[in-house]
Amino acid sequence: MRFSRRYLATPLAMALLAGTTGALADTPQFGANPDLPEPQRGLLPNMGVPEQAPWNDLKPTVPEGYTITEIASDLKIPRQTLVLPNGDILVAEGSGGHAPKLRPKDFVAGVIKAKGKTSVKGGNRLTLLRPTGDGSYEQTVFADGLDAPYGLALIDDHLYVANQGSLVRFDYEQGQTQADGPPELVTPLPSEINHHWTKAMTASPDGEYLYVGIGSNSNITERGMEAEVDRAEIWQINPETGAHRAYATGVRNPTALTFQPGTNTLWAVANERDELGPNLVPDYLTSIQDGGFYGWPYSYWGQHVDPRVKPENPDKVESAIAPDYSLASHRAPLGVAFSNPQVGGEYSDGVFIGQHGSWNRADPVGYNVVFVPFENGKPAGDPVDFVSGFLTDDGHTRGRPVGVSVAPDGSVIVADDLTNAVWRVTRDDADSTPPAPAAASDDSAAMQQSEPATPGDSAAMPDEPSTTPDESTTTPDDSAAMPEAPDDSATTPDESSTLSDEGNEVPDDPSDDAQEEPATTAT
Amino acid sequence: MNAAAETTYRRGLNPLHGVLLAGTFVLFLAALLSDYAYLTSYQIQWSNLSSWLIAGALVCNGFAFLCGVLGLFRAGNRRRGLVYIALLVVSFVLGFINALIHAMDAWAVMPTGFILSIIVTVLALVATWIGFSNTGAKVKQ
Repeated sequence: MRFSRRYLATPLAMALLAGTTGALADTPQFGANPDLPEPQRGLLPNMGVPEQAPWNDLKPTVPEGYTITEIASDLKIPRQTLVLPNGDILVAEGSGGHAPKLRPKDFVAGVIKAKGKTSVKGGNRLTLLRPTGDGSYEQTVFADGLDAPYGLALIDDHLYVANQGSLVRFDYEQGQTQADGPPELVTPLPSEINHHWTKAMTASPDGEYLYVGIGSNSNITERGMEAEVDRAEIWQINPETGAHRAYATGVRNPTALTFQPGTNTLWAVANERDELGPNLVPDYLTSIQDGGFYGWPYSYWGQHVDPRVKPENPDKVESAIAPDYSLASHRAPLGVAFSNPQVGGEYSDGVFIGQHGSWNRADPVGYNVVFVPFENGKPAGDPVDFVSGFLTDDGHTRGRPVGVSVAPDGSVIVADDLTNAVWRVTRDDADSTPPAPAAASDDSAAMQQSEPATPGDSAAMPDEPSTTPDESTTTPDDSAAMPEAPDDSATTPDESSTLSDEGNEVPDDPSDDAQEEPATTAT
Repeated sequence: MNAAAETTYRRGLNPLHGVLLAGTFVLFLAALLSDYAYLTSYQIQWSNLSSWLIAGALVCNGFAFLCGVLGLFRAGNRRRGLVYIALLVVSFVLGFINALIHAMDAWAVMPTGFILSIIVTVLALVATWIGFSNTGAKVKQ
């Protein structure tokens, strides 16, 4: 029973899957030109959902010279984190989506995928973690009553939170442990159905704009083209007025966004489509071009046409941009953060990526935090494990990494929505507990509690407008004149009027975990 | 001599058996029409509808099969009874495969789903024909 639950490996399933496994083993699929096999699918989708295993006395594995600590526990589905200037860490907790079950399949798939998820109900809140000075953190609820909050960004004294259906703003003063009151609505976000509900967010270095990722409303348009208006896009939003335009389109599920330090380049990780085989389609890390179209739903990795999408759109396929860097298929990256020199060693220049892990292949992959090294501002080399040891030998998993942040002191913060904890990875030779006062700050992981964040080296915190004063010129768009989604042809050109895509219909069941994860994303 | 002895009478199918058998054909036929609508319109709701119609047809088909097995040894013509049951088995197996095909996303259902729907509908029609005309009729001479 347990075996069949894990792998659906009943003899029938094996027969039906024949031809979908076999010689595919582990083709490395990393980098700019991944090996893309032919699409394939047996009668049953290739599935494997590891069930939860306890940690007992174990901890995730980190590289030699680093230590991992659990700094928060008993959270309620922690997803993304934000390191505040004073060293506090905000954690967004919740789970969204209210996609109706349309087919018999949806009922079956929901039951299977739920096995890889926590039974805890999403918190719909922000928890604040404050360092106590001895390496531990104190947990307080900063704000609750939110609706599946995910993206977090700080611009000056405003904290922006991307709920699954709205962008809201809190006033924030350094040192605050609790919000003054309910937040102010900046703008509704597309939330009809919300098959992929996560609203990833980051702020531009100059604080002029917020960028919000809006995932598609289906795996591959199986909920109809009408459902895809304003979906699979990255919006550029004016934080003052709430006005938006589609900054990039065709990104199936942009689950985490960040700016590359010292540049004005937006980067995203995205979850690509499922049910084309265990080695299709690679999830990716990419810089995002203004106005770029990244293929979904018509094609993947540039011009590879997806035969499941009708009617076809050869023009869109032609214009599709291939992503920068393949993370390989079904890893489900949900977190991205640029490193900084404080992290040290070979991990100084590159990005950390939290990978929630696969469901759409028999052997689980992902379930780790990898580091993609950069050279000259571009990915250079295969990903290496930075935090691993989540999967057990017998095919269970102890945790599932989601959001990743890198604090100015070089500690790496990882949210884990299965353990319902937050992990913190610190460098040992930086971990001399007494807070080094005002020192040059290059080796003090522990000083976080006493020192305000060092501005300028914080990949996870693009919220210091003063640190990059020179970049506001590269986005010339006048926010007031921001046209509404100029490139709406990316999904469905003609149906936008049929969907009132706004968040006024607040989901009655935000805790419904049955629909597809971004893992799925799987998402 | 005895008028009753010369009367030919047919006993109808058990009403429940009849409903299940008719339901099998009608639902498979409806799924076929729904598939055709998707094929020509790209409107995904037709494909979703097909999925449910096929699921319903499989339920009817399965129970009709059970009824057939139970009624087998009372059937008038043993061989026709076996053919009837064999047809229901084949339509169920192909219908189940069709259900899995219809669980694929968007256009991945086509054209296999449509072709299977045609085959299964024809099988169900033949099974229904035989089922309703092989009802244990006894002709007493």
